Amino acid sequence: MTDVTRSRPLSPHLQIYKPIPTMVMSIMHRITGGALYFGTILVAWWLIAAASGAAYYDWVSWLFGTLIGKIVLFGYTWVLMHHMLGGLRHFAWDLGYGYEKHFATKMAKATLAGSVTLTLLIWIIGFLAR
Amino acid sequence: MNMRTPLGKVRGLGSAKEGTDHFWRQRLTAVANVPLLIFFVFFVARYAGAPHAEIVAALSNPFVAVVMALVVTSALTHMRIGMQVIIEDYVHAEGAKIALLMLNTFFAIAIGGLCLFAILKIAFAG
Repeated sequence: MTDVTRSRPLSPHLQIYKPIPTMVMSIMHRITGGALYFGTILVAWWLIAAASGAAYYDWVSWLFGTLIGKIVLFGYTWVLMHHMLGGLRHFAWDLGYGYEKHFATKMAKATLAGSVTLTLLIWIIGFLAR
Repeated sequence: MNMRTPLGKVRGLGSAKEGTDHFWRQRLTAVANVPLLIFFVFFVARYAGAPHAEIVAALSNPFVAVVMALVVTSALTHMRIGMQVIIEDYVHAEGAKIALLMLNTFFAIAIGGLCLFAILKIAFAG
């Protein structure tokens, strides 16, 4: 039975279609969601470190502040912003807006531009707050 | 032509008996996540690299502690049902699917337990 199912021809899938902005952003929304899932480990780690006392917190804080730590956290910020803006796009669709083809493409591109801009802004504000 | 029975229409729950509950909770937590995560990002940006005493003092504030607990609860609920959809989409072997769906819930609850314990410990005991 399983052999019968496996030998059936498949309908065209991802590798057949040209990647267009709405499609790429849809995939990015799922990937960023998955990344945020595992990113919660860092949040839990940070909170537990703060609850554990100064010595351990200082070490975790130092680790997050290293170059690699900063790169990971910068990526985390972008992933969060991208997923949030993607979510706002979903709200628009849920309310019945934004389905027109060219407008949907514009929204998809704006999601990417917006997420990069917001990430940079957050880090600039973060550094200015030092 | 509508093939649904009158009782089925009134209940509106479909064959999985859950209706739009999954979709609704995904959207409900998404709406909650927007202000909560904006707060979280600004909090982290403000206190990243701050001395231990400063971060403990900030998290001891009742408002911050409660909002931080809401951030964790809402975000983890959202991600748990989101990952559920990813697993259901890509994992077709019944045993692996059920194991991963269970692990998904265990992971979310474990992370939630750790975060909430840390937040409450700081808030109540410093």
